[in-house]
Amino acid sequence: MTKINFVDHSGETRTVDVENGATVMEAAIRNAVPGIEAECGGACACATCHVYIDDAWTEKVGKPTPMEEDMLDFGYDVRPNSRLSCQIKVSDELEGLVVTVPERQA
Amino acid sequence: MSEAIKTDVLIIGAGPCGLFAVFELGLLDMKVHLVDILDKIGGQCAELYPEKPIYDIPGIPLVTGQGLTEALLEQIKPFNPTFHLNEMVESIEKIGDPGFRVTTDAGKVFECKVVVVSAGGGSFQPKRPPVPGIEAYENISVFYAVRKMEQFRDKEILIVGGGDSALDWTLNLHPLAKRITLLHRRDEFRAAPHSVEQMRKLVADGTMDLKIGQVTALEGADGKLTGAQLKGSDNTTSTISCDTMLPFFGLTMKLGPVANWGLHLENNLIPVETASFETNVPGIFAIGDINTYPGKLKLILSGFHEGALMSQKAHRYVYPDKRLVFQYTTSSSSLQKKLGVN
Repeated sequence: MTKINFVDHSGETRTVDVENGATVMEAAIRNAVPGIEAECGGACACATCHVYIDDAWTEKVGKPTPMEEDMLDFGYDVRPNSRLSCQIKVSDELEGLVVTVPERQA
Repeated sequence: MSEAIKTDVLIIGAGPCGLFAVFELGLLDMKVHLVDILDKIGGQCAELYPEKPIYDIPGIPLVTGQGLTEALLEQIKPFNPTFHLNEMVESIEKIGDPGFRVTTDAGKVFECKVVVVSAGGGSFQPKRPPVPGIEAYENISVFYAVRKMEQFRDKEILIVGGGDSALDWTLNLHPLAKRITLLHRRDEFRAAPHSVEQMRKLVADGTMDLKIGQVTALEGADGKLTGAQLKGSDNTTSTISCDTMLPFFGLTMKLGPVANWGLHLENNLIPVETASFETNVPGIFAIGDINTYPGKLKLILSGFHEGALMSQKAHRYVYPDKRLVFQYTTSSSSLQKKLGVN
C-alpha cells in the first residue's frame, strides 16, 4: 500500500492508502476524495481528474504523454505541473505523493 | 410548427443502450425514432472512447466503442429505426394515457405512446471555458458553435482551442473576418496536420495571429466584448482586442432539459422500478447510466437488460389489446422473420 495525499482547493489534505498498480484517480474515487470527477472512468478521454503535482514530485511522476497533453487542453486552469490522475500509476516510488485538486474540473 | 412525426416509441439518446432497446422493441413490433444531441450515433462510446477497448460485453472479449456501435447498428438494421441527430429533446408533454408529444430544439415534434430516456450522463454540451463572467457575453459575443458564418463577417475574432473545431473555424472564417487570432495553451495542436499547416502559413503571411496561452478575463460591457486578457505560458499577461470569441473546449455531459420533464430525480439520476424500468410517469422509461435503483451498476450490459424488460411493459402501452407471448430468437420462426433470417 502506498500513501497519496490530496490537497483540496481550500488547503485541506486527505491522505489515502492505495495498492500499487492502481491509478491516482482510482485512489481518489475509491476514497471519495472531493474534486475528482473522472467522467470517462479512466480512459484518458476527458479532463475531469485533473490534478497539480507538488513541485517536489514532478520529476518522479514524470511528464504527460502526447495523448494526455491533448486531453489536458480541455482542463481548467492547466499549469506546467498539471497531470490527469487516471494516467499516474501508483508504485512504491510514489509513497507520500502530494497532489492538489484544482478549484474545479470543468 | 411542422407536422408531428408519429411513432410507437421515441428514444432519447442513441448510445449503446438506446440502440439495443431498438432491437428488443423491434422484436415486439414497436417502431422507433431516436433523437441524439451529438452529430453521430453511439453516445459516449462514439464521443468519449471510440478507440478504447471495452472488455465487459458478454460474449465479446474485446471491442472498441466504435466497434460496439457498429455491431449494434448491424444488429438493429432489420428494424429500420430513424435517427434524428444534432437535436436535443426540449419538452415532453402528456397527450394520452399514455401518450406524449415530444419537441426538439430544432422544432421537430413527435407523437408517441412511449418515451425511453437512455441519455447516459445527460446531453453533451460545449464546455464553458474557465473565465469569470463569461456567461454575460454568451450568445452576444461569445459563441460555442458557428451556425451562420455570415454573422462573423468583419469581426475581430478570438478563437480558442487546439482541436479540429478550432482550426477548421479559423480557416473557414479567415476570409470573412476582419482579423482572426487563434489562442491555444501550447504550440502543439490536436487538429489534423493539414489544417495546422494551413494555419501556420496564414500566420507566416501575416494575415492572422497565433498566440500561446490561456484567457484569464474578458473586457467589455453589456455582453459586448472589446478585448480579452491572456496569460502566456511564461506567465506574462497581455490584452488582445476582439469583439467576438469562439471557444472550442470540447464537450461535457450536462443533465440539461431532462430536469424539466416532470420526472423524479435523485442526484441527477432518474429513479425507476426494476420490473420494467418505468419512471414515476407511466409510459416514460429510463434505461442505462441515467437511471438509478438499489444495486444499480453503470454498465452497458445492465442497460441492455433494462432495455429488454422495458420493452415488455412498453408493449402493453403500444398494443393494449395484444397478449404478449415470450419467445426466443433461436427457435421462434416469427421472431426470425422479423430479423430477416428466415
